[in-house]
Amino acid sequence: MLKDITLGQYFPGDTIIHKLDPRTKLILVIVFIVALFLAVDWISYAFMFVVTALCVKVSTIKLKSILKGLKPLIFIIVFTGILNLFYTQGGTVLFDWWIFTISTAGIKRAFLMIVRIMLLITGTFLLTYTTSPIALTDGLEMLLNPLKKIKVPVHEMSMIMSMALRFIPTLIEETDKIMSAQKARGADFSTGKITERAKALLPLLVPLFVSSFRRADELAVAMESRCYHGGEGRTRMNALHMARRDYLAFLAGAIVLGGMIAMNIYGI
Amino acid sequence: MDAVIRVENLTHTYSVGTPFEKTAIHNINVNFYPGELVAVIGHTGSGKSTFMQHMNGLLAPTSGHVYCDGEDIFATKEATRDVRFKVGLVFQYPEYQLFEETVYKDIAFGPKNMKLSADEIDERVREAAGFVGLSEELFERSPLELSGGQKRRIAIAGVIAMRPKVLILDEPTAGLDPGGCEGIIKNILDYRERTGSTVLLVTHSMDDAARIADRLVVFHEGSIAMDGTPDAVFSHPTELTAMGLDVPQAAAIAQALRERGVSLPQSIYTLEQLKAALVPLRKGEN
Ligand SMILES: Nc1ncnc2c1ncn2[C@@H]1O[C@H](COP(=O)(O)OP(=O)(O)OP(=O)(O)O)[C@@H](O)[C@H]1O
Ligand SMILES: [Mg+2]
Repeated sequence: MLKDITLGQYFPGDTIIHKLDPRTKLILVIVFIVALFLAVDWISYAFMFVVTALCVKVSTIKLKSILKGLKPLIFIIVFTGILNLFYTQGGTVLFDWWIFTISTAGIKRAFLMIVRIMLLITGTFLLTYTTSPIALTDGLEMLLNPLKKIKVPVHEMSMIMSMALRFIPTLIEETDKIMSAQKARGADFSTGKITERAKALLPLLVPLFVSSFRRADELAVAMESRCYHGGEGRTRMNALHMARRDYLAFLAGAIVLGGMIAMNIYGI
Repeated sequence: MDAVIRVENLTHTYSVGTPFEKTAIHNINVNFYPGELVAVIGHTGSGKSTFMQHMNGLLAPTSGHVYCDGEDIFATKEATRDVRFKVGLVFQYPEYQLFEETVYKDIAFGPKNMKLSADEIDERVREAAGFVGLSEELFERSPLELSGGQKRRIAIAGVIAMRPKVLILDEPTAGLDPGGCEGIIKNILDYRERTGSTVLLVTHSMDDAARIADRLVVFHEGSIAMDGTPDAVFSHPTELTAMGLDVPQAAAIAQALRERGVSLPQSIYTLEQLKAALVPLRKGEN
């Protein structure tokens, strides 16, 4: 079923990571990415690995869920690994055939690159796994607020984003339903030549578009009847505010970043 | 008589292996016979729609079998595809599946998928439109610009046009005004009388169920709780109420009258029966 795909899915929970302000988490993810790219050698990578593992542990997100999220990206991971394996020179050559050369330096670099990508993905997943999409867009809107001064429509953009997120499950459900209904009339979505298959999608796409427009129209009317008039002067039901744990998290982030800078300077 | 559809130990679990795992129907055994009109009733979420989607192979069972004309419909891919044309399923709110530019083309979608000749398709489209009372003037209109009730009829015609042996309708009258409901029920009865097909009708209206069905199947929490004639099923009002269902209005009125000391026979569940029982009483008083 289409419904079973994870789409930056949120796993509700009650850990300190879940409770952090979304702004804190967004900033810390950026800090995390910067720190990760400062890593140069075994020790700094090992340090980042431990930091990531610790965060996963605290968040109580199951390792299985993280691995499931990594699955669709396996191609990119393997591809990067192979590229680094063959294109890195140095160290002793272990294997040499035609244009393919594998050296000890290549193996090390390929391994570290794979670790880097996996940590990067895990770190960002941790954000979407522990933060509800609504909190995330709210946080993003507030972080980008200063851009309003230069006429960037921050509120509108975040409204569009949170609505899109809100309607993804609805749209998937609807797709499922229309697909079943057309299959009941003998439509066939899975066999035939590519042109036939593209044509077979028409009975799915037309009703889907029609209902999306209808939904958008209904939503606009519903919002206007509740006096929605854009972001100006609008207050929030759940206002975001920083707590002590957020300052502690920033402190931890600063320490990690400082440590990584130091390790980067010493090249370890 | 041989059953058209035989269901054996049917179980379906949604989202197996995820935190959202949910067993919607559980170990169902039931037979449907040629020419029957069966009303399927049950509380919201009792698994009626899930069950119906197994009858034409849209959902595959987690365990168990469905046989149509004695053949296991999940045995091969071809069998699953063939059964789509033998068992026609009209979904809940079917008007959202309309997609063609014209009403005619939309009704022709099913027959076209059956790879019939152009003449055969034309005959079936006209016949199906006739069954649901759609005039041929509408054929060249876009289905999207018609009223909700008309859209519903087009969608039903689209399934009838495949001339299925078994016609399944999932709440065909939901969200229509009383006149619209009555019209659709009448179309279904006509269709059944003229073609002799088996009809399975999911409905929330106990009055419709009592009035038109030969047999009632009651779903409760994913199993069949009762199965029998309307007479037999509606003679258990306490059980029905416990399952969150009503009895037909006529039965409720008869029961209220009995409690006030009017002597009425037990099996009253349609308006006609109630009238037949009450009119002689009034004459008696005079
Ligand atoms: N696609 C799905 N994924 C997961 N669970 C589902 C899905 N469809 C239905 N369910 C669940 O299965 C159960 C039975 O649903 P079903 O739609 O068969 O009920 P129903 O009897 O048709 O209800 P209604 O009268 O409201 O149409 C419900 O608890 C529902 O939440
Ligand atoms: Mg249903």
